[in-house]
Amino acid sequence: MISEQLLRGLREHDPRGIARAISLVEENDPLADEILSSIDDSLVDQAMVLGITGPPGAGKSTLTDRIISKYRSQGSRVGVIAVDPSSPISGGAILGDRIRMMGHALDKDVVVRSMATRGRLGGLCAAAGAAVRILAGSGCSVIIIETVGVGQSEMDIIRLADITALVLAPGLGDDIQAMKAGLLEVADILIVNKADCAGAETLAMDMECIAREGGNKKNTTQVCMTTASEGKGIDELLAAIETVDASHRESGERRTRREKAYDLEVLDWAIEMIKPSIIEKIENLGHARKGAPRLLASKLLGQNNLG
Amino acid sequence: MAEQKKTYRVLIGKPGLDGHDRGAKFIARALRDAGFEVVYTGIRRTPEEIAAAAVQEDVSAVGLSLLSGAHMSLFPAVVKALKNSGAGDIPVLGGGVIPDEDIALLKEAGINAVYTPGTPVDKIIGAFRAACETQKSGRN
Repeated sequence: MISEQLLRGLREHDPRGIARAISLVEENDPLADEILSSIDDSLVDQAMVLGITGPPGAGKSTLTDRIISKYRSQGSRVGVIAVDPSSPISGGAILGDRIRMMGHALDKDVVVRSMATRGRLGGLCAAAGAAVRILAGSGCSVIIIETVGVGQSEMDIIRLADITALVLAPGLGDDIQAMKAGLLEVADILIVNKADCAGAETLAMDMECIAREGGNKKNTTQVCMTTASEGKGIDELLAAIETVDASHRESGERRTRREKAYDLEVLDWAIEMIKPSIIEKIENLGHARKGAPRLLASKLLGQNNLG
Repeated sequence: MAEQKKTYRVLIGKPGLDGHDRGAKFIARALRDAGFEVVYTGIRRTPEEIAAAAVQEDVSAVGLSLLSGAHMSLFPAVVKALKNSGAGDIPVLGGGVIPDEDIALLKEAGINAVYTPGTPVDKIIGAFRAACETQKSGRN
């Protein structure tokens, strides 16, 4: 009956119900199945998932705050999943992305959820993907995933997005740094934030060059300049998002990405589900740690009837 | 091997006009280092904003820091705002420059615990852990 109450809460956009549902799924609770299967798939299909990534301090959260305001003024209900890293030592995390978005705290149609990476081997995509579904199911038509663009798991969750925007700012390194990142290849929109700062024009020109280079996804990459702290360039950014979205829908790219993201989520859930039993086996071995770990791993999986 | 112990989510906030956030940040870091996921709201929040954020983030406890002297009105206001959001089960812990005679009154007003400067940090972390455990077990 706790689940019934919860499912009703979800349907009725109750903030507590939504928050609780995300927690239960994140904790891999037995109720997760019931929660996720109650969600209307068509809402998930219709929602636009926007990924915002970039180095620390580029202005992702401030920009997200401004993007929320624009979508809200158009009447859309907006969900935000803000991912911050967990400490590999303590497992704890400071989730501070909300600070920039507190202006929306009392708006019932802005649902912000902070999520820590929890240093897991996989699982983050599964949890974030499930959170996207829950937010979509609770009526959010625009869902923003914000994450620092470093590390494999962060890169993976960005692949859950229909459209990815990379936020850069002048003063965070030269164009060679940007080329290194590997993020440029996945970005549909390159945002030069802090456009009022010295070096922004040069950075934007470098980004234009990169966007116009042949190999970069049929040259649909857009470059935008914003000053998020002053709300400048946000209209142009939203127009760029719309352009990319329209072209992705037309070319079938949106569908392709959704399918890839789906497969990724399934894989991540499978790993997440199988992990506890493997961990248990390792803990119960009581073996001397000798020989190649690989051999023991295949033995364990063999016992698991998976080898 | 893998850590099986629960990861608790808490929110640290600063209500009111007081901008002195050294204490709040110190506690946030200490909680992080003790394995908590800490949502930090920043300074100058209204009790309603703090309550709404606590609900959306599904935290198990809220910690408030205040050095301005407005604790007698603002701490209970957060407790009330949580109740109004249907989240009266989320415990509120307070810290700051708070006279002894106010502490008993704050507890009467529904504040779970109050800590003043000089309290060993382990004691505060222990209090958050206990508050989170109680909240979680009450829910499931």
